[in-house]
Amino acid sequence: MSSRRIVIQVLILAIAMVFTIRLFSIQIVNDDYKLAAQNNIIQKIVEYPYRGLVYDRNGKLVVYNTPVYDLMIVPKELNLADSAKICQLIGMDHATFMMKYQKARRYSAILSSKLQDQIPNHEFARIQDELVNIPGLYPLPRTVREYPENTLANALGYVREISRYQLDRDTSGYYHPGDYTGIKGIELEYENALRGKRGMSYKIVNVQGVVKGAFKDGELDSSSIPGKSIHLTIDSELQRYAEILMEGKVGSVVALDPKTGEILAYVSAPSYNPNLLSGRDLGKNYLMLQEDSLKPLFNRPIQAMYPPGSMFKTVQTLIAMQEGVLGPYEKIMCDYSPMGDHAPKGIYDVDRAIALSSNTFLYKIFRRVMLQDKNPNVYIDSRIGLENWNNQVRKFGLGSELGVDLPGEKSGNVPTVAYYDRVYGTNRWKFSNIYSLSIGQGEIQVTPIQMANLSAILANRGYYYTPHIVREIDGEPTRGYAAKHTDINAEYFEPVISGMENTVLRGTGFRARITDIIVCGKTSTVENPHGEDHSGFMAFAPKDNPQISVAVYVENAGQGARAAASTAGLVIEKYLKGEISRPWIEEYVLKGDFSDFKPVKKKTTVDTTSAGSVKPATNSESKKNNEG
Amino acid sequence: MRDNLLIYKLDWLSISFYILLIIGGWLNIYAADYDPDIAEGIFSLKMSSGRQLIWIGTSAILVLLIMLLDFKIYSTISYAVYGVMIFFLIAVLIFGEEVAGSKSWFELGAFKFQPSEFTKFATALVLARFLSKTNRKSDNLKSQSIGVGLLMLPLILIVLQGDLGTAMVFGGLILVMFREGMHPVILMVAIGVVLLFLLTLLLDQVVLFIIIVVITALLIGLMAKDPKKIAVILIGAVIAGGFVKSVDFILSDVLKPHQQKRVMSLINPNADPLGIGWNVTQSKIAIGSGGFGGKGYLEGTQTKFDFVPEQTTDFIFCTIGEEQGWIGSTLLIVLFTALFLRLVFLAERQKSKFARIYGYGVMSILFFHFTVNIAMTIGLFPVIGIPLPFFSYGGSSLWGFTILLFIFLKLDANRMNVLQRM
Repeated sequence: MSSRRIVIQVLILAIAMVFTIRLFSIQIVNDDYKLAAQNNIIQKIVEYPYRGLVYDRNGKLVVYNTPVYDLMIVPKELNLADSAKICQLIGMDHATFMMKYQKARRYSAILSSKLQDQIPNHEFARIQDELVNIPGLYPLPRTVREYPENTLANALGYVREISRYQLDRDTSGYYHPGDYTGIKGIELEYENALRGKRGMSYKIVNVQGVVKGAFKDGELDSSSIPGKSIHLTIDSELQRYAEILMEGKVGSVVALDPKTGEILAYVSAPSYNPNLLSGRDLGKNYLMLQEDSLKPLFNRPIQAMYPPGSMFKTVQTLIAMQEGVLGPYEKIMCDYSPMGDHAPKGIYDVDRAIALSSNTFLYKIFRRVMLQDKNPNVYIDSRIGLENWNNQVRKFGLGSELGVDLPGEKSGNVPTVAYYDRVYGTNRWKFSNIYSLSIGQGEIQVTPIQMANLSAILANRGYYYTPHIVREIDGEPTRGYAAKHTDINAEYFEPVISGMENTVLRGTGFRARITDIIVCGKTSTVENPHGEDHSGFMAFAPKDNPQISVAVYVENAGQGARAAASTAGLVIEKYLKGEISRPWIEEYVLKGDFSDFKPVKKKTTVDTTSAGSVKPATNSESKKNNEG
Repeated sequence: MRDNLLIYKLDWLSISFYILLIIGGWLNIYAADYDPDIAEGIFSLKMSSGRQLIWIGTSAILVLLIMLLDFKIYSTISYAVYGVMIFFLIAVLIFGEEVAGSKSWFELGAFKFQPSEFTKFATALVLARFLSKTNRKSDNLKSQSIGVGLLMLPLILIVLQGDLGTAMVFGGLILVMFREGMHPVILMVAIGVVLLFLLTLLLDQVVLFIIIVVITALLIGLMAKDPKKIAVILIGAVIAGGFVKSVDFILSDVLKPHQQKRVMSLINPNADPLGIGWNVTQSKIAIGSGGFGGKGYLEGTQTKFDFVPEQTTDFIFCTIGEEQGWIGSTLLIVLFTALFLRLVFLAERQKSKFARIYGYGVMSILFFHFTVNIAMTIGLFPVIGIPLPFFSYGGSSLWGFTILLFIFLKLDANRMNVLQRM
């Protein structure tokens, strides 16, 4: 029988061996269990950072944070018998509550999940006392953006919880579900500076999710670091005024400080109250804005593209002079061109051509720039001419993004040789196909901010600083902006500027005239094949030592002399003098009915209400009246 | 004269193991119950450890009683005790309280009493008595059948209570039968069935069938030359295959829902870590997180913060695993193993057959508890609610195990008296 005794002893030892080895495997070899134990007991509590504040150029607060509360739920701690009470308290229907409860439970029974988003402070105050008595419900304080000025919506952008899609594409590794992130505008452009740094505290929780104390005495905890504050270049008073002027209109106002490239005012009309895209109703309001036919979310100053129209005549004359095909004071007989012309027949120099916006003069000098007899073949000569011209135009910040510190900037279009080769075929086009470029019509497209920048170039007599909207981050100046030169001799600017002065003094820009201040401007009536012409105007002032340069586009408002010139004049006066000396112009703009002033002889009527009446904007047929 | 004093004849080595286990269990019960927010001391009656101290004290009284009684009485009263316990098992089915799906408790005022815990020593006694009767060879088929019958009666009654875990303990007594002359094939078949059952749960059926076929082929190729053996092996293989197939049936039709869940959770605890697999997952996490040296006494986070269920009773091993690490767990296993080997040694030195069989019975019952309890906490066996002897919290079980062990130690102390009389 002793052999059986041995079998039993071996069996006992074998079991002991199996246990020892198994324990060795799960306790020493395998690390998963240690990690799982930590996850089991450690509740990570996020301390969301305060997003950076935004001030205007005068230190006025433009964007700040306001507290809201996310309601978090710990399913295991929650007593479902409380559900009716909870639903009543937070105004949620029971089905939704149960859905969220189940979802939270699937995620984790003992870690918290979000039950309700962004309960505003006043509502939270109402339910706060009740909340204390309900186990399993916790408020998580957060902040959302508030915009006391109600202005600048499209430049500011907005902030919302990061989406699944963004998280998947995030390469920074910073973001976690539930984080807020800037969408559009400076909130997006300066996200890294504004967001701050998330804080995290690690708490030990028991199986019910009840916090039992700090993990490792809090040595791993980090407190949140608030985002950096940003100082804008915007003058909020001017901004607000410009927005008021643009109420009920569609278009843009951009005002720059030509000496620095700082954006003083940035209006995209129609705009919206930026507070709509903050807090609980963001999603709903966003849909509403998105469905608006006037596209308030469209960031017009940097994204809308129009032909520059007559404003472009300044660039054309400067290039012609620089090319040496036009003397600064050379007089040219203008009695015929293939284009219609509001300017009377007669002898023109640069000054007069700008002041009276002569189409014929521009046609003639553009022809000289384009066809310089560098090749006997007119097609090839046109190619050489266009190539050369294109290079010069680009130096005015046209045809490519300026590099404004706002996301989504459009480049516009300055036609290249390749562009026309695509349209007409290689060597199948020549000057006569593209001459409408001479007056800023045809294929050329610019953004309002590019026109404001052009006006700054003229103010500076030949150079510009990249327009930008942020001047300081936490007191540190933003990237240094170097002057960009057009390589046009400063002397050639004098006749052009003189022509702009005369435009305002005696010509179409008279509505921008300001007592005691010499305003230099240029109107533009931008042909619009889809409806009523767009009204455009750019200006800078004072003529000597300019402080402000402005570009205004008002869509479907007819001549540049009216809506745009009036608005630009008011913006300049407001900025330079702080008050308006000509209330009737202000009234005129605010009233917004510019059609009253429309001359009877206005071009063949296009039904402005009908979106169907689209006239193709080809060169061959366009060149009709061009008043600006 | 001095040599005749009981105190010199007792096996103090076994008693030391017993005391060490009791103290170790008591400390760990406190650790499992411990909550830093409620600063109750280890003696507080609000803590399980405080109450366990009462059970320990009363156990000492029981030990004294056992020692005072004449050793011959245990053989004499074995049938009576067995009968009383069977009576209680039937009574509990009628009058008992249902706790966690099992109807195995009597409620007497503030105290609960679980007759099945006491049936263990009664059955060991009666089995020893029956098998030890002269001229009954236990390899005789009739006496074996009666022996098995004596095991099966309480087993069936306890299964009826819904407490499959405790019922399985009586299966552990098969070791006793083996020692007393049962054909080794039966033990092999029994172990084989358990192994096959566990493998069926853990492995894919197809894989298991392939393994059976391969082993069958190997056996035939290696050792079987005559057709009889080949036939036996083939029949064995077919039965094994049939068994594997029938486990599904057992799972879905024989076991109760809560038992099904426990079995299923062994297969894949991660399938529903918060539901079915909670116990096993949390238990493994607690033990695994202990590492080599453990987190230190009262420093365990998993047990302290109640992640492990039933941590003072069935899952008490988690506490030592988490707080004392691999070193502590291994020490506990060594301690138990030493006790079992000592009990085997003591049983073998008995002069009376009754004492030897009873000794093996004691060892088998304790060994079975130890094996199943620890195996379930480390995920090697389905979760079956049986305590770790001397270690787990609980009055009935501590009393039961103490009576079980000390009757044998009393018998052992008097082994020379038997010799004198024979």
